[in-house]
Amino acid sequence: MPSTPVRFYQVGSFAAGNRLLDPSLRTVQSEQGRTNSLTSGHRACQGCGEALGARYVLDAAMRASAGQLVVVNATGCLEVFSTPYPESSWQVPWLHSLFANAPAAASGVAAALHAQGRDSVRVLAQGGDGATFDIGLGCLSGMFERNDDVLYVCYDNEAYMNTGVQRSAATPPAARTATTEAVGPEPGNSFGRGKDMPRVAMAHGIPYVATATVADLHDIEEKVTAAMAVRGARYLHVLVPCPLGWGAPPDQTVRLARQAKESGLFPVFTARDGEVTEVSPIRHRIPVDGYLRAQRRYRHLFEPEERTEDIARIQAMADANIARYGLLDPPQRGPQ
Amino acid sequence: MTKPFAITLEVGSSLRNRTGNWRTERPVYVERLPPCNAGCPSGEDIQGWLYRAEEGDYEAAWRILVEANPLPAIMGRVCFRPCETACNRGQLDEAVGINAVERHLGDEALRRGWRLPEAGADTGRRVLVVGAGPCGLSAAYQLRRLGHAVTVVDAEPHPGGMMRTGIPAYRLPRQVLAAEVERIMELGVDLQLGTRVGDVDAALRDGGYDAALVAVGAQLSRRAEIPAGDTARIISALSLLRSVEEGGPLEVGRKVAVYGGGDTAFDAARTARRLGATDAVVVYRRTRDRAPAHDVEMEEAEAEGVQIRWLSTVRRADGGRLVLERMRLDDRGTPQPTGELDELDADCLVLAVGQDTDLSLLDAADGVTVSGGGVDVAADLMTGHPGIFAGGDAVAGERSVATAVGHGARAARRIDRWLAGEVWQPPAPREPATFDRINAWYYSDAPHAVRPLLDAARRRSTFDEVVGGLDESTALYEARRCLSCGNCLECDNCYGVCPDNAVVKLGPGERYAINYDYCKGCGLCVAECPCGAMAMIPETT
Repeated sequence: MPSTPVRFYQVGSFAAGNRLLDPSLRTVQSEQGRTNSLTSGHRACQGCGEALGARYVLDAAMRASAGQLVVVNATGCLEVFSTPYPESSWQVPWLHSLFANAPAAASGVAAALHAQGRDSVRVLAQGGDGATFDIGLGCLSGMFERNDDVLYVCYDNEAYMNTGVQRSAATPPAARTATTEAVGPEPGNSFGRGKDMPRVAMAHGIPYVATATVADLHDIEEKVTAAMAVRGARYLHVLVPCPLGWGAPPDQTVRLARQAKESGLFPVFTARDGEVTEVSPIRHRIPVDGYLRAQRRYRHLFEPEERTEDIARIQAMADANIARYGLLDPPQRGPQ
Repeated sequence: MTKPFAITLEVGSSLRNRTGNWRTERPVYVERLPPCNAGCPSGEDIQGWLYRAEEGDYEAAWRILVEANPLPAIMGRVCFRPCETACNRGQLDEAVGINAVERHLGDEALRRGWRLPEAGADTGRRVLVVGAGPCGLSAAYQLRRLGHAVTVVDAEPHPGGMMRTGIPAYRLPRQVLAAEVERIMELGVDLQLGTRVGDVDAALRDGGYDAALVAVGAQLSRRAEIPAGDTARIISALSLLRSVEEGGPLEVGRKVAVYGGGDTAFDAARTARRLGATDAVVVYRRTRDRAPAHDVEMEEAEAEGVQIRWLSTVRRADGGRLVLERMRLDDRGTPQPTGELDELDADCLVLAVGQDTDLSLLDAADGVTVSGGGVDVAADLMTGHPGIFAGGDAVAGERSVATAVGHGARAARRIDRWLAGEVWQPPAPREPATFDRINAWYYSDAPHAVRPLLDAARRRSTFDEVVGGLDESTALYEARRCLSCGNCLECDNCYGVCPDNAVVKLGPGERYAINYDYCKGCGLCVAECPCGAMAMIPETT
């Protein structure tokens, strides 16, 4: 669902809203009456990308489902900071069971609603990269394989942040975590083969897979809306920078997500039925260097001396993404 | 209340958890000074009127514009646009075409007959303004709005001052000049033309005025000592421009040389081309980057076929022939003769080596001092003689229509304060909205709408206007390229990017507020504000 082009050269469709844009072209987040699915008073750190991403996704899903939404949450930061007993920050029907079983619980909710003939009530499951890549992958794969009518959203902050920044299968090479310390001849996380979760989801042939970041609000809302228009198992992967785990000032959260996309390290695309159908092209390409330097988890790549080989390997990952998805090939998104 | 099994505490919303107490810095909304406004000699709120123009509300935009400057259609044609030089968008792609939008607003106002704000309630005070040029007209307008009676006296038969006698019609059509002057006169200005004031102090006393503003233009041409033969024809640039204005153009011949490097030199050369000269050559002692003429003026002149001899001086003028000497710049940038001589055929030599202001009308006023070719004035633009103020070309500094309009408005406000017996206080300076405050990511890339230039060949033979105006859609497009530096444009970004829902959207035109009960002070709203209208400040407690 590409956005309608508007000849508007000030902030166009890059900002959340715009007083001169037709209200239908503004984001859900620019509305005074947005749901605020995750309300104030939650205990996420300053500048939390996950809190931001969750509100972006759920508010858009609430609009797409006309307020008929049930949310199932895996264990993780998002669950912990939003529901310290006896408080809840959720302004949507919300269920938490275990770390591993959010996809299974969501499948059950969907089945129960279907059995009651209440198919207008939609189900969304969400978890961090730990629950998605590692602990709940079996349940998630089952949910995909059965094509259960659930939109599963992974908020990827690239490590187990809630418990003190331990490595997950989503942790990128060279990144320092509590379990991949920046010591020894190969400091930080190893350069493994990685686990490309959107590709894992696509391999199941499910109808809708997409990636997004908290840096492009219009894009993320369009993808939630598109996903909600589809029945069956759907997967949305949102990059949500973590000031604590990545080691960056809290006001840099959105900027880091933007740099991850603009460097090519995090490709933003849509896939339907297992095939990539659309990519969000890079607008102003940047080398990975600036993105890495901005984060303390990569400091050992630059101090005490620059590890040029490691940086080059990370740059090669970005270049490979750019080539694989054609991130520079499509015409740059025109003035809007 | 019966609680479920194992539940001992009252459950409730996290809203009871006031996370605002985590904060060490707080975001605040600010209004920084945009570089265009800072650079405008007329003191216009450019960002302010562009904001209205972006909405397509041109009348509202024009009304903000004329708060400072009652001559937008003129300014949109003759201004050398320091605002565009300062524009932050210039660091992104190209500066916003502020001047073109200003002209569009000015032309719309004339076309639609928009009236200036009405004169203020009569104060009973009377002010004499000497000179009906941009400074005097601007002052008269502002003084009328403040309720003072104004008499404008000018020695010429038509109002406009140097805008009429020094700016060729191809840059400023006379009907535009007349219409904007007339609109000021409608506020009830007593205009006395063809009257020269020889002694302003006497005129002030004899006329029963409470204050006077000396706003005379730099009408005297400087001379250059050039050995000349009997048959050499040498005229001043101002007399050439004036002769065209008065309908009896001077004979310049086929080959014309103009000596000087300012705007007037190029205006004279371009005028000579229009009068039929096949060769119009500007001779200047220094290099292009040291010429006082503005780039636009030089570029347009060259496009019209005006030739330029840089690093050259006129040694001698004879009938039909000039002897030029090549110059070189020394270490300090001062031109030095090289002894190498050159010849240039010229039927006429036009001197454009500077202008002075005739300040003899101040000779009899006690306390008035003059230095550097201008009257000495204090910060309130008052001369050493109480009640006599000066502005425009009469004071030293940049000589331009924009500066003169700015002086006129400032002088009017300060005369008003002086008449009220108050001491004028400069306003507190605003923090500048520098480019590093801009989050450029959010602005779409867009080129500059270039004003259609009339065909150069056609330009040479007529005095038609050279630079065309924007049309309705391109004016809107150009206005919407404004970054709104330092001032909220209501893009909802702060409201969108707050992870704690601590930014409250107040509705269209009302902007936003911060809910400090929940704001954790992460600074995302400030970092993601496109235009630099927010700041983080330390918490005091």
